Amino acid sequence: MYLDYNSTTPVDKRVSEVVFQTLTDVYGNASSQHSYGIRARLLVDEARSSIAKVIGSVKDEIYFTSGATESINFALKGLALHPRNSKRHIITCPTEHKAVLETCYYLESIGFDIDYLPVNEHGVIDLEKLSSLIKQDTLLICLMWVNNETGVIHPIEKIGEIAKEAGAYFVCDGTQGVGKLPINVVESNIDILCFSGHKMYAPKGIGGLYINSYAKAQNRIQPLLHGGAQENGLRSGTYNVPLIAGLGKAFEISLVEMETNKIFIESLRNKAEQELLKLDGAFINGKRAPRIFNTVNVSILGFDTDVFIGINKDIAISNGSACNSSLIQPSHVLLAMGLSNSDAISSIRISLGKDNTNDDIDLLLMRIHDFMTLL
Amino acid sequence: MKAYLDNAATTRLDPEVLEAMLPLMTEQFGNPSSIHAHGRAVRSALERARKTVAGLLHAAPAEIFFTSGGTEADNTAIRGSIETLGLTHAITSPLEHHAVLHTLEHLARQGRITLSLVRVDEKGQIDLDHLEELLSTQPRALVSLMHGNNEIGNLLDLDAVGELCSRYDAIFHCDTVQTMGHYPHDLQQLSAHFIVGAAHKFHGPKGVGFLYVRPGTRIHPFVHGGAQERNMRGGTENVYGIVGLAKALEIAYRDMDEHRRHIEGLKKRMIDQLREKIEGVLFNGLSADLDRSLYTVLSVSLPPSDINDMLLFNLDIAGISASGGSACSSGSEVGSHVLGALQVPADRANVRFSFSKFTTAQEVDHAVQVVAELYKREPIC
Repeated sequence: MYLDYNSTTPVDKRVSEVVFQTLTDVYGNASSQHSYGIRARLLVDEARSSIAKVIGSVKDEIYFTSGATESINFALKGLALHPRNSKRHIITCPTEHKAVLETCYYLESIGFDIDYLPVNEHGVIDLEKLSSLIKQDTLLICLMWVNNETGVIHPIEKIGEIAKEAGAYFVCDGTQGVGKLPINVVESNIDILCFSGHKMYAPKGIGGLYINSYAKAQNRIQPLLHGGAQENGLRSGTYNVPLIAGLGKAFEISLVEMETNKIFIESLRNKAEQELLKLDGAFINGKRAPRIFNTVNVSILGFDTDVFIGINKDIAISNGSACNSSLIQPSHVLLAMGLSNSDAISSIRISLGKDNTNDDIDLLLMRIHDFMTLL
Repeated sequence: MKAYLDNAATTRLDPEVLEAMLPLMTEQFGNPSSIHAHGRAVRSALERARKTVAGLLHAAPAEIFFTSGGTEADNTAIRGSIETLGLTHAITSPLEHHAVLHTLEHLARQGRITLSLVRVDEKGQIDLDHLEELLSTQPRALVSLMHGNNEIGNLLDLDAVGELCSRYDAIFHCDTVQTMGHYPHDLQQLSAHFIVGAAHKFHGPKGVGFLYVRPGTRIHPFVHGGAQERNMRGGTENVYGIVGLAKALEIAYRDMDEHRRHIEGLKKRMIDQLREKIEGVLFNGLSADLDRSLYTVLSVSLPPSDINDMLLFNLDIAGISASGGSACSSGSEVGSHVLGALQVPADRANVRFSFSKFTTAQEVDHAVQVVAELYKREPIC
């Protein structure tokens, strides 16, 4: 039983069909000038258009990478380390994904000045505080759209306005929101939006980013990967045509099915949440914040999450984000929200997707109930 | 008839590889970093793949790091070694792939390193005396030289370069993208600190590659994020790609001798026929020297003719996919930097044919026939 869609999703059958077909039939290098190359390049272009349509941009603003982590590294280092950039100040938040935090730690280690905007106990940022942190020297604000652990949604339109007014770039990790919720990068004043395939029913190993054509035209972002100058010189490396085609398909599907998925998954989530709240000493993290419809992060007093996961090997849930989970340590997101170590360790993240059923929720609740009675 | 003769650009996926990848895209979809059963199943496939690759290269699994491809592997090795080991000098050649050359040029522009280019002759041969001279004035340099040149096929004398690098305490990065899966690499013998592979050059999928790092050479990560690849490369692993890469390399090693014989035969056939049918045909670099060039690459130089500008177009019309490469003769024209460095005459047309195990004699014959037709001498009236 799979309840860990924020960690990774299965590949939609329609997407894997496109990937297999491309793997088999279209093997040209998309940079080649001959017919094999042109055929591959058309697929890449088509995918670019499908993605642009979903986020409200145009296809020339879409760049492909190996995933959101690379996109985030590219965005932050590409702006910060550009030879013409003299600004040294970056604002981010302690609840960001490790890809953002680790990149910021790296930039800090080479002399950048990073402010970590705190969140309150609901995981919500204070916009006035954000405005007050802005300096002349602020290069960019990096805040995620939807939190991977709690599902808390940041007010990106407002953040975008603040960034725009301050003349700072707004870099947004959209990994958990793109494909699930509607977004318009122009209205939200987002300069760079990062996304990943494997969080939206496309394969692992493919992702991308939107770079505002205005920001690109200023020539203030430099590539992370140097080489054959693919992607208009901003990302070198042979185009991963089959997975790019698959990603495009996943975006195309998301546009059509977004609303239906939301209604269905939200009903499952609400049911799970209501039942979980009946447990002794249980509370939902981020309960009073705007949250995405598929995520429940619950802390249950005295609940040993790791033992529960160990016993219930057939149930895929998470004790935090997967990238950190081989080490048992409290979630940095929950700690930033002010949870105690023990409350953070006693938390479970349940993240749902379109293939879940009512029975899945019933079974999970039964297992949790059994586990607690056993204690 | 169609002829795909651009295998140095990318190769066709082997159906056996696709089969190995399928389960990872369908039923086994967990995140390898997750601790639940879905995650652990995928993790074990990932680690099996690492073990396979390491085993074939006579390395340890901990020395293999998966990346998004050859470009990322090259970037990681170059930037990682310069930044982590505090190197201030790098030596490369003008014939390197852009993944190497542009990365080093970028670091030089930033003032991080001084960059020296080792001399090459008109055949593209690295001047080893000059390399030694550079190393002796700037020991503890990063030396980045490719094993097999993607445009002209020249093979590097790995032992000689490795020996020089050890003598002068240099760090040796070898871009092995074109030889991986085509020549056996034995890391017990090879003294390089870094070698790389890109799956799509040996019938694996695009979007996946790897970096080998010699034990004892610590480098910082290039892509920051989660603790994947033992803290060396953040980002959820492209597991089907990785499994596909391992399978492709396994097949490549299994059938290497047979494929080499087959492909070498095709290359020889093409050389012989071109020589016979086209007056004044030449071959760039060491391309026609079967012992000293990649058996997969043939770089052909065609005599001056009116049709030179339209050569690739004409080949494409005839169903032949090959790759161009013209010398940079004018400032505005962006041609091949490799042929430019060899100073090939600007009035000749250059075309690279590259072969794989799937290439047939018919494809080669077809290509020769079309080229011969194009260069048939018009009677002088």
